[in-house]
Amino acid sequence: MVQEGQATASRVVLETRDVGKQYQLDGVEVNALRDVSIAIRAGEMVSIMGPSGSGKSTLMHIVGLLDRPTCGEVILEGDDISNLSPNQLAELRNKYIGFVFQSFNLLSRTSAQANVELPLVYAGVSGVDRSHRAIEALERVGLGNRLGHFSSQLSGGQQQRVAIARALVNSPSIVLADEPTGNLDSRSGIEVMAILQDLNAQGITVVLVTHDDRVARHAQRVIRVFDGRVQSQEAVENRVIAAQELRDLPAEEVAG
Amino acid sequence: MNFAESFRIALRALAANKARSVLTMLGVVIGVAAVILLVGIGTGVQDEITGQVEGLGSNLLFVVPGQYGGGMGGDQGPPSRRFTLEDSELLARRVPGIDAVVPVIQAGSTIKRGNRSVRVVVAAGSEQASEVFGGTLAGGRGYRKSEVQAGARVVAIGSTVRDVLFQGQDPVGKTVTLEGQRFTVVGHYESLGGGLAGDQDSQVYIPVTTAQRVFNLNYVNTIVIKATDADRIEVVKADIRRVLTPRYGEEFTVFTQEQTLGLLSDLLGTLTYMLAGIAGISLLVGGIGIMNIMLVSVSERTREIGIRKAVGARTYDILSQFVIEAVGLSVLGGIIGISLGWGGAELMARFTPVPTNVTPWAVATAFFFAAGVGVFFGVYPAWKASQLDPIVALRYE
Ligand SMILES: Nc1ncnc2c1ncn2[C@@H]1O[C@H](COP(=O)(O)OP(=O)(O)O)[C@@H](O)[C@H]1O
Ligand SMILES: [Mg+2]
Repeated sequence: MVQEGQATASRVVLETRDVGKQYQLDGVEVNALRDVSIAIRAGEMVSIMGPSGSGKSTLMHIVGLLDRPTCGEVILEGDDISNLSPNQLAELRNKYIGFVFQSFNLLSRTSAQANVELPLVYAGVSGVDRSHRAIEALERVGLGNRLGHFSSQLSGGQQQRVAIARALVNSPSIVLADEPTGNLDSRSGIEVMAILQDLNAQGITVVLVTHDDRVARHAQRVIRVFDGRVQSQEAVENRVIAAQELRDLPAEEVAG
Repeated sequence: MNFAESFRIALRALAANKARSVLTMLGVVIGVAAVILLVGIGTGVQDEITGQVEGLGSNLLFVVPGQYGGGMGGDQGPPSRRFTLEDSELLARRVPGIDAVVPVIQAGSTIKRGNRSVRVVVAAGSEQASEVFGGTLAGGRGYRKSEVQAGARVVAIGSTVRDVLFQGQDPVGKTVTLEGQRFTVVGHYESLGGGLAGDQDSQVYIPVTTAQRVFNLNYVNTIVIKATDADRIEVVKADIRRVLTPRYGEEFTVFTQEQTLGLLSDLLGTLTYMLAGIAGISLLVGGIGIMNIMLVSVSERTREIGIRKAVGARTYDILSQFVIEAVGLSVLGGIIGISLGWGGAELMARFTPVPTNVTPWAVATAFFFAAGVGVFFGVYPAWKASQLDPIVALRYE
């Protein structure tokens, strides 16, 4: 189903076929998604871009197995997940999917490390192994020195990095990030994008949801949605490299 | 996720809301403490009373006028015919295998000496009365057969009566006034310790013939019979019936010690259960408090539930987390409540006349009831939490 992009013959991780989602609002049907067919290949970094209300979050929730489509199929790692129970979906989310939300969604009054351990807790990973892997993930996002800090003691950018560590700690097939820079100042936003690009460079599949054209151009490929439909899918020319952006930032803006 | 993990998460949540957890627990603490204390009092009183009755000896029979069926009903109205001293003599002659037959009159009165006086229970019997009343002489003697035959105004007094009227003096040979008549004190008894089953130390003992005269009675209240052999008590009972039936038909009842005990412990047992029930209601209220707080907690933590589900928590994980929280509250409250109730019962036994006895059975019941309350009132909020749609939960503000 992939029409173009640099992604070559690598395996399809996630695919939707003619997915639609309707909501009933006061008896009126709202079509949040219509006939969405996309495919994400292993190792890709893809942006889903569109204006506010175009259905990006709805799509992300469906491909993230948090929500079910009204019609169509979602295929994860080759298996149709349409008929799975909530508990089976929870296990698949735990195993294959990492989420990064606009509003971080960390547990309050809980340390960074405990937050990152959460997916491992539900995966049944015990004790030493769990803390080992959580620390490793936090080190990957540059927070190896903030393990015991509570979410409330971290800046927005740091909180989002904790969320990224949580998303990748269980080695998922795919990381889904919904407006990950939406609540951040521009520098923190660029830092978060740099981490996502870095992770992608290390082989992790990343789907980035955004309304911002510049943010979207951090990916290799952009899927444009409008009014619940896929409008176009194209490779990104002049990909923005966040590490380069960071270097170009004026020095005096460098804060904590 | 395993149980230990759920347990850890639940404990952390309880610790994060310390004030709320403690207040919620208080309901259970008070309920359990009340159960332990009240049941402890019930059991203690029961033990003491049955112990006192047992202490009289298991080979006693009590013959009373009127018909009493089983159960506790004694409402057949005043008996038409009372026993007399002749009945007592008849039984003594005609019933074999007995050590003593004592006609008994009991009446309340006031005994005076000089300007001091004290309320007493007058227990009147024959010279064999010491066989059935118990008690140990501290000095002097009991009244004699000749004094019973003559209706002499002699009295033996309990320790409280002695202490109030004589205040350390030897009472033997002194005179006291009872029902306007002068009595000579012939003996006094050692203290039996005031129990709830009637204070024997405030009793005075006089001959039954004297009692009939001063109270102007021609009957006796009860005839108490002591069988020689406890094993032959049923035979003696049948003999008593045989002797009395020609005179009284069915209008009398013979109680054995065992029956009296059975009746008493039935009554006291019922009382204990009633106390437990009343205390149980407060435990129930504590449980409703837990449910209320858990519902608040679930709605406050909707977003947390959404996050947990997004990263892979299954229905069971959320359910067990919240049930363990509720059960943790109730079990901890139960343990504290048991300690408080037990301590209260011990203090009460030591510093008040109320006897208490906290049995392992009561402790175990209270504990499991408290845990049960936690499960019962925790499951619904936990189930509600576990059924939340992850998307709805994540969007929740
Ligand atoms: N739970 C819902 N109930 C009703 N309508 C919804 C619900 N969620 C989303 N929508 C509608 O679906 C459309 C797409 O929403 P969304 O996916 O959040 O857009 P985006 O993330 O692109 O801003 C919007 O018109 C929105 O109002
Ligand atoms: Mg959105």
